[in-house]
Amino acid sequence: MKYVGKSIQRVDAIEKVTGSAEYAGDIELPGMLYAKLLLSPHAHAKIKSIDFSNALKIPKVVTIAIGEDFSFRVGLYVNDRNILARKKVRWVGEPVAAVVAEDLETAEEALEQIRVEYDPLPPVLDVREALKPDAPLVHEELGEYAHSPAFNPIPGTNIANRFVVKRGDIEEGFKKSNVVLENEFWMPQVSHVPMEPYTCIGQYLIDGSIKIWTSAQSPFAIRYILGYSLGIPLHKISVYVPYIGGGFGGKAGINFEPLVVLLSKKAGYRPVRLELTREEQFMTAPVRQGFYGKIKTGATRDGKLLAEKIFYAFDAGAYADYGVNIGRAAGYSCTGPYYVPNLEAESLTVYTNHPWGTAFRGFGHFEFLWAIERQMEMMAAELGMDPVEFRLKNALLPGLITPTGEKLREDAGRIDQCIRAVAEKIGWGTPPQAVGLNRYRAKGIAALWKAPAMPPNAASSAIIKMNEDGTFLLSVGVTEIGQGTVTALAQIAAEELGVPVEKIRVVPFRHTDLTPYSWQTVASRNLFMEGRAVIRAARDIKEQILEVASQVLRAPKDDLVIEDEKVYVKGRPEWSIHFKDIAAGYVYPNGNTVGGPIIGRGYYVGSRLSYLDPETGQGYPALKWTFGAQAVEIELDIETGEVKVLKLVSAFDVGKAINPQLVEGQIVGGVLQSLSLGMWEEYRYDGNGRMLNPNLTDYKIARAGDIPEEHVVVVIENPQKDGPYGARGVGELSMLSVPPAIANAIFHAVGVNINDLPISFENIWKAISKKR
Amino acid sequence: MERKKITFKINGEEKTLEVEPNKTLLWLIREELKLKGTKRACERGDCGLCTVLLNGEPVKSCLVLAVEVDGSEIITVEGLARNGELTPLQRAFIEHGALQCGFCTPAFLIVGHWLINRNPRPSREEVIEALNGVLCRCTGYRSIIDAILSVTKTEK
Repeated sequence: MKYVGKSIQRVDAIEKVTGSAEYAGDIELPGMLYAKLLLSPHAHAKIKSIDFSNALKIPKVVTIAIGEDFSFRVGLYVNDRNILARKKVRWVGEPVAAVVAEDLETAEEALEQIRVEYDPLPPVLDVREALKPDAPLVHEELGEYAHSPAFNPIPGTNIANRFVVKRGDIEEGFKKSNVVLENEFWMPQVSHVPMEPYTCIGQYLIDGSIKIWTSAQSPFAIRYILGYSLGIPLHKISVYVPYIGGGFGGKAGINFEPLVVLLSKKAGYRPVRLELTREEQFMTAPVRQGFYGKIKTGATRDGKLLAEKIFYAFDAGAYADYGVNIGRAAGYSCTGPYYVPNLEAESLTVYTNHPWGTAFRGFGHFEFLWAIERQMEMMAAELGMDPVEFRLKNALLPGLITPTGEKLREDAGRIDQCIRAVAEKIGWGTPPQAVGLNRYRAKGIAALWKAPAMPPNAASSAIIKMNEDGTFLLSVGVTEIGQGTVTALAQIAAEELGVPVEKIRVVPFRHTDLTPYSWQTVASRNLFMEGRAVIRAARDIKEQILEVASQVLRAPKDDLVIEDEKVYVKGRPEWSIHFKDIAAGYVYPNGNTVGGPIIGRGYYVGSRLSYLDPETGQGYPALKWTFGAQAVEIELDIETGEVKVLKLVSAFDVGKAINPQLVEGQIVGGVLQSLSLGMWEEYRYDGNGRMLNPNLTDYKIARAGDIPEEHVVVVIENPQKDGPYGARGVGELSMLSVPPAIANAIFHAVGVNINDLPISFENIWKAISKKR
Repeated sequence: MERKKITFKINGEEKTLEVEPNKTLLWLIREELKLKGTKRACERGDCGLCTVLLNGEPVKSCLVLAVEVDGSEIITVEGLARNGELTPLQRAFIEHGALQCGFCTPAFLIVGHWLINRNPRPSREEVIEALNGVLCRCTGYRSIIDAILSVTKTEK
């Protein structure tokens, strides 16, 4: 292959190194106004009154809006979210009022003049507390909310979704088990910390149409939800998305777009911009949900898993808009990459008075794999088995049954190869080693899997246009959030069309008026799905080229060959015609013309995906499973709890690396993000649910000085037959199972179990001290 | 607020204008001069994304007042490539895949150019130390470090 499998330069590289790449915050529009939000200081309180009369008197303040101005809700899966708080506030940071002014300073000044009277209500600040029968309700009206048929909210409780999996006979399974172990796990809420804070501009036009410019990952989802919620037909809504400065799922749903659009209407149809500050990004933008898990596992004496009872509760925060799908995703993958014949799992998405949670790279899976991969380690220890051997013994190989009853396809990836690869490269099998006073070196390993969390009808499409000179424009709906998918798609198009990749330009922005549909840029689904759509679009183009060439060359289509931007007759390369002479119709010497502009299109939806049975969770949720494993070597100071990851090894079965450098970039970057989340990051709250660390001094993310010395990346390529050139997604996968690999290494070093994140020095020290 | 007249050079071009004394250099660059390559991401000196060269030294432009740059010379990412030619470091970033979303790329390029200029043969540790003030959430930093080292190795 000429282009697929090569590390070609990113299509967006030159714009990004010269500072000319456009992001939402760089856009300025004529007459543009600026919005600022007044945030709730209470986690749970009734809004008694809001007085903004003084604020409105300030010169250059154009308008002020409060929740009662907008009497409808939005939500991707559960329609539960207010545009601005109505009647009550549900987290510290919920927008209560919005000021629109001629400039930002005036808007900020006006915020200080708004008086809100609250009547505090008891907040629910822990997911376990929220499940108790007498817990305060975060959403009294849960029964009234519209929701997707795939979800199951329980009115009168804080449960936004209940997802259940049942397979086999769990009681029998535990009865036959020689070893049974039950443990609890927890992780805090965290932030995506995209380097670009959320930014959007909205304009409501007098004819009732809407224009949006936004840093959102999924323009078509925004258009759809806005249309549904406002009752506006989709052809009157345009969403424009330039480059995105990091998304990681935090920009996947619909966020502030409805607000700026409605503010524009209220402000006399002028465009209104909202750009979050870093503090607002922490306080009022959506976060990753918190997690609590309880797992009971049974196995035979020789280490065969027989039964598992799983309980996952996701701390959704104040709204479950997008978040209900996180609990569902954790549910359908709940065992991790292991075969468990008897299984009962319950995965709940639970409202609390924390900031609201949304998608975050690898959602559901990062969370439950923390629990499962720690549990596997403790099981292996209980059984007296080597943890690598134990994992391999229970590996979910092709032909075995997944939690939802799917027989794993023969061309699925190989978890056993991933585990073996990391074990070999980390030098598994050597015992922990003392290195000087109080310091130990040890190794840890953890496995992972994930399938895209998406509805069965999630679709992708592609358009390829042939320009008059025989070059091409490729247009796709997947947004460029850093992951590089569009570069790989250009390579696929070049391979299919047989033209140099330099002759294909990927349209660098997304505009729902022009761009072909893509459900969302999420779930590690886009290389696979857009990839297939691009292949079909390229084949459509070739078919059209052959149609015209057949007339011009006076030969049947099946006698024609496409190569090097030319069409020729088999065995007669001298009877040929160049692409550029067909591109806009072939013109004979006398002016007669045949054919016309060539536009190829293709789409892709997953084959035979299904909704899952509400009682048992059985069905087909997975377009593909990507498997992988992580290994670490750490050095631990048992006096201080200080831990340093010296070496990382990551292996993924990606099917086919379309662009190896991009694959490696996704792996190296995702693994560090995972390490950072696992070791340092957490939303810290005071007793009233107020975040204590809403800045990058107190909420630390990994810096250049924090990276491990060595990172070995192993790319395994067992192709999936229906993937584009055999490829599977990898973007989110690199995020998974780094924290349990580190905690497992700590366990081997000193025998303490860290089951709550983050694995901070303080938490390690506390665990070691407790053991003594 | 009383405006103050300042004169400075930015990317080789001399400018004179009046600014309010409470405005930052970042504001001057992005809002007044419309050079959007320099990014705003925290406005309190934590993330380093707004880093530019002020008289040859890297500064976080959100922490410098615009009035302070009177008489100074500023280089932003837009001033790196000259006459349509990318610098060796810009090319190295592309070759090493040292960028993903691209939002932090301008700041890393600025710091990288400063480092190479000051210390043409830095060690890996010196590169890491220089980059420690700028945050990236995508790349894991490794490719950025490699890109900078690749340039220093060829420039003996």
